[in-house]
Amino acid sequence: MSQPGRGAVSQILEGLAAGDRTAVSEALNLVDDRRPEQREAALELLDALAQRPTPHTPYRVGITGAPGAGKSSLLNAVVERLRDSVTGIGIIAVDPSSQRSGGALLGDRMRLSGGARESGVFLRSMAARDRLGGLADATQASAAVLSSVFEWVFIETVGIGQSECEVAQLVDTLVFVAQPGAGDTLQFMKAGILELPDLFVVNKSDTGPVAERTRSELQATLGLLGSADEGEWQPPVLLTSARDRQGIDALLEAMAAHQKHARQSGQLEDRRQNGRVNFAVESLARRYGEYGLAQIGGAQAVAQRLAAPSERSAFALVLELGREIESALTRR
Amino acid sequence: MPKTPHLEHPDRPWLIRTYSGHSSAQASNALYRRNLASGQTGLSVAFDLPTQTGYDSDHALARGEVGKVGVPICHIDDMATLFDQIPLDQMNTSMTINATAAWLLALYVAAAERQGVRPDTLQGTTQNDIIKEYLSRGTYVFPPEASIRMTSDIVAYTVEEIPKWNPINICSYHLQEAGATPVQEIAFAMANAVAVLDAVRAREDVPEETLGRVFGRISFFLNAGIRFVEETCKCRAMTALWSELGRERYGIEDERMLRFRYGVQVNSLGLSEAQPENNIVRIALEALGVTLSRDARTRSLQLPAWNEALGLPRPWDQQLSLRTQQILAYETDLLEYPDLFEGSHVVEAHTEALLQDARTELQKVLEMGGAVSAVENAYMKQALVESHTLRIRAIERGEQIVVGVNRFKETTDSPLTAQSEGSILKVDDSAEREQVERLQSFRSARNSADAEAALQGIADCLKNGDNILPASIRAAHAGVTTGEWADTLRRLFGEYRAPTGVGAARSISAGEDTDGLRARVEALSETLGRRPKILVGKPGLDGHSNGAEQIAVKARDVGMEVVYDGIRLTPEEIVQSARDEGVHVIGLSILSGSHGVLVRDVLERLNKEGLQGIPVIVGGIIPDDDAAALRAAGVKRIYTPKDFDLSRIMGDIVDIVGEAAP
Ligand code: B12
Ligand SMILES: Nc1nc2c(ncn2[C@@H]2O[C@H](COP(=O)(O)OP(=O)(O)OP(=O)(O)O)[C@@H](O)[C@H]2O)c(=O)[nH]1
Ligand SMILES: [Mg+2]
Repeated sequence: MSQPGRGAVSQILEGLAAGDRTAVSEALNLVDDRRPEQREAALELLDALAQRPTPHTPYRVGITGAPGAGKSSLLNAVVERLRDSVTGIGIIAVDPSSQRSGGALLGDRMRLSGGARESGVFLRSMAARDRLGGLADATQASAAVLSSVFEWVFIETVGIGQSECEVAQLVDTLVFVAQPGAGDTLQFMKAGILELPDLFVVNKSDTGPVAERTRSELQATLGLLGSADEGEWQPPVLLTSARDRQGIDALLEAMAAHQKHARQSGQLEDRRQNGRVNFAVESLARRYGEYGLAQIGGAQAVAQRLAAPSERSAFALVLELGREIESALTRR
Repeated sequence: MPKTPHLEHPDRPWLIRTYSGHSSAQASNALYRRNLASGQTGLSVAFDLPTQTGYDSDHALARGEVGKVGVPICHIDDMATLFDQIPLDQMNTSMTINATAAWLLALYVAAAERQGVRPDTLQGTTQNDIIKEYLSRGTYVFPPEASIRMTSDIVAYTVEEIPKWNPINICSYHLQEAGATPVQEIAFAMANAVAVLDAVRAREDVPEETLGRVFGRISFFLNAGIRFVEETCKCRAMTALWSELGRERYGIEDERMLRFRYGVQVNSLGLSEAQPENNIVRIALEALGVTLSRDARTRSLQLPAWNEALGLPRPWDQQLSLRTQQILAYETDLLEYPDLFEGSHVVEAHTEALLQDARTELQKVLEMGGAVSAVENAYMKQALVESHTLRIRAIERGEQIVVGVNRFKETTDSPLTAQSEGSILKVDDSAEREQVERLQSFRSARNSADAEAALQGIADCLKNGDNILPASIRAAHAGVTTGEWADTLRRLFGEYRAPTGVGAARSISAGEDTDGLRARVEALSETLGRRPKILVGKPGLDGHSNGAEQIAVKARDVGMEVVYDGIRLTPEEIVQSARDEGVHVIGLSILSGSHGVLVRDVLERLNKEGLQGIPVIVGGIIPDDDAAALRAAGVKRIYTPKDFDLSRIMGDIVDIVGEAAP
């Protein structure tokens, strides 16, 4: 596969417009590339994509939860149900990677059943490690690429805590998948992550009464947290079995309901804006460091610049800000 | 002078078998009759991979695999041909069949009925051990729950209708071939047996008082490695643990039912490609380990051939293995004595040590919900992958000596491997074509209404929860095919993909050279702009996962991103993964002999997709002349078992990716 240089950006764009999977893959390679010259090309690509209207209304869903909770299996069950009714599904699966070697075994594709594989679902696995400081940077860019081609984009991430906050900003709906098992809810509370998800799912309901118990516990805990303001979204707690394909329709309905709510309440726009700021800050900090970022007034200033009405995308702004930082640094 | 204790009558030898079958029912029948004529006393049938995984010979997934590593059996005529002129009421037949065991047993019963033989006189074994398929052998099809249900159907049926049949052969053999230590071999096999027995005990059609007989019909299939003293102890430990389980967990008191009955195939994993003649000695010593102790002696024995790591054995190679057994049984004085270790506190102590560790490990598996849970949560698979990593590391470092491989490597040319045809059996490609023709004319000759009704009967019985065997035997007579039977089950049960065990496998392959490799991978990442990403792919029906797993784990440990999705993917799926994942290199692992068709298929698809820039490397059992042809077709590098040094392979991969980078 040829590494796209800047000249190749327009070629990739053409390919993406035609829905060509090789172009999708090359675009993902490009936005993941850390070489400075590729970085610029990537931002140009992303900017062009942001300017271009898509034939569909993109919808992004984050799926998160403890290792082995059944996120990938659930995703597979959802995809099986969805695949005939939407125009394209893309998945980003973020796997943890070894601290020591930086290597990673990416195994989520495994869980895609024959049906899901045949239907042309696009899946890219990424290792979390190299995305220093978090996922937002590379994942945001990858999600933008996939959203330009596929109507539904899923982002699967493992773990409880840090990664949720980041994923939350990338997606329209965040689904938290829990394992049946007593005591878990306490952990959720401690980790302080119960505030983020829009939907809770207790998977593996086929394992019996434990699942139902976990669900009520979770519901009770959420009730304690909930400030039941009028018109505010109340995250439901659902029971599913990815294995037996139980509760999948209800999950899809809940997603649809949340999507509608998020659009109408403006929550969606807020989140996307947050996501853009985070992306800009992270990618600038990664490239130029905290010191570089300080040259243009730090994260706060970045947020302001992004909030100002503009014809240009966040990606173009990052390019622009990058140039400002560079010239500030060379002036010294 | 003290008198040596001698047996009044020397023991009868164990059952002498050779695992065999290839090309077609007809060719295999000829082979069986030849083997029986030369003194073999039982049959052990090897089926080809499509038959084992429930596909007819003309299915797309069967392409290149028909008749390769075993005999293709699609319907009753094939089965009848396989045993032509072999009276089934006098034969003891062992069938290595698992996911489709109920079906192949049904065909066997139907073929016997055609010979005029009553089913209740049949003797033999269906391997029927699905758990070790998920862990090692790879010919599973259906999810664990559905599979265990069928396993217990076979047990419940045969215990009444074919009382001399061994309905299940719990295999620890394959666990050792996947890297298990002796303790793991003992513990996981016992956990497996418990899962099956518990399922049978829970059945309404198996009364409490039958459980003793069920227990007594369960037999085992063990491995025996080169550390043969320890292997002797392992056999003794399993004998003890089995009767302990029977007594304590199942309340069985009849000593005859509590006896640990087992067969053995000696270790193949340790047989080398380098200086393959050394394997003759390894095999003989391993055979000694499981025959030496009279109290824990194997009931039947299969020996691999000296050219195991080169490819399939020819008749002459199998004859040498047969003669090895015969020398042990008939020339030596082995069978004249009572147990040689009676009173040996050394053997007793080591046996006890193994027992203790195995009990602990067994308990651990039972506490996590038993063997089925420990399959689904990948506990056992991961443990095997880790043990195998340790084994390979020890060989790489020279801590575990393998003569001719990592010590005493100098050699003169061997006359045994000098012939140009490569000293292995080559299955003629025409075998597949002829089998497909036979199948298609069988299908057009049968009464299709009967066949359809019989298939409906199977679907109904599955839905009603009835025993699957009676309906399957009817279907066998009605001309249903292997693929049709399995498809009916696939539709109802779904298909399963077992955990690969590599994802969470601990990083134990690290060593001095790993640090150097990591630095090279870091440098390569700088050049590429991202981490080198490798796809390890297993195309086709081949279930040999050891090599792919160890390559995947090692690649991760030196810092690469690795996509490995387990066994049995199509070339199409592999190419799609490679593209979606944006990998820098594709490594295919194929040991089943169908590399010719499969590698070419992958290369062509890459070309068609414009992905020919991704370098492809291949590993597995690839004979020299095939390797040359694959290289000519565009494969960058080829690895075979003699390339045991994983670090060197990783170094090559870094080079290959570096060269391919623009
Ligand atoms: C272990 C083993 C098994 C185990 C497999 C366990 C597992 N989960 O892997 C068990 C017992 C289950 C098994 C079963 C069968 N086996 Co077997 N098995 C072997 C054996 C003894 C060793 C293979 C092995 O694991 N070696 C250790 C690993 C680490 O080495 P490796 O895979 O060769 O990998 C090395 C290199 O080849 C290379 N490499 C391999 N892959 C890759 C990939 C990449 C990307 C790279 C870079 C390198 C690379 O690097 C590795 C490091 O050194 C071989 C004979 C032999 N001695 O080689 C027969 C052998 C492969 N088996 C054979 C057969 C026929 C079978 C069966 C089909 C029999 C049957 N009819 O039922 C079954 C069915 C299996 C199935 N589902 O496909 C035949 C194949 C014949 C052929 N090719 O023509 C062989 C050659 C034995 C023989 N002579 O008959 N087997
Ligand atoms: N019984 C049962 N098992 C399930 C269900 N869903 C998933 N599993 C099993 O749970 C295990 C983990 O499933 P995955 O889908 O890989 O879980 P995951 O959360 O994506 O795991 P990671 O990506 O490794 O964190 C597998 O063995 C699945 O077969 C379910 O609904 N019921
Ligand atoms: Mg997952």
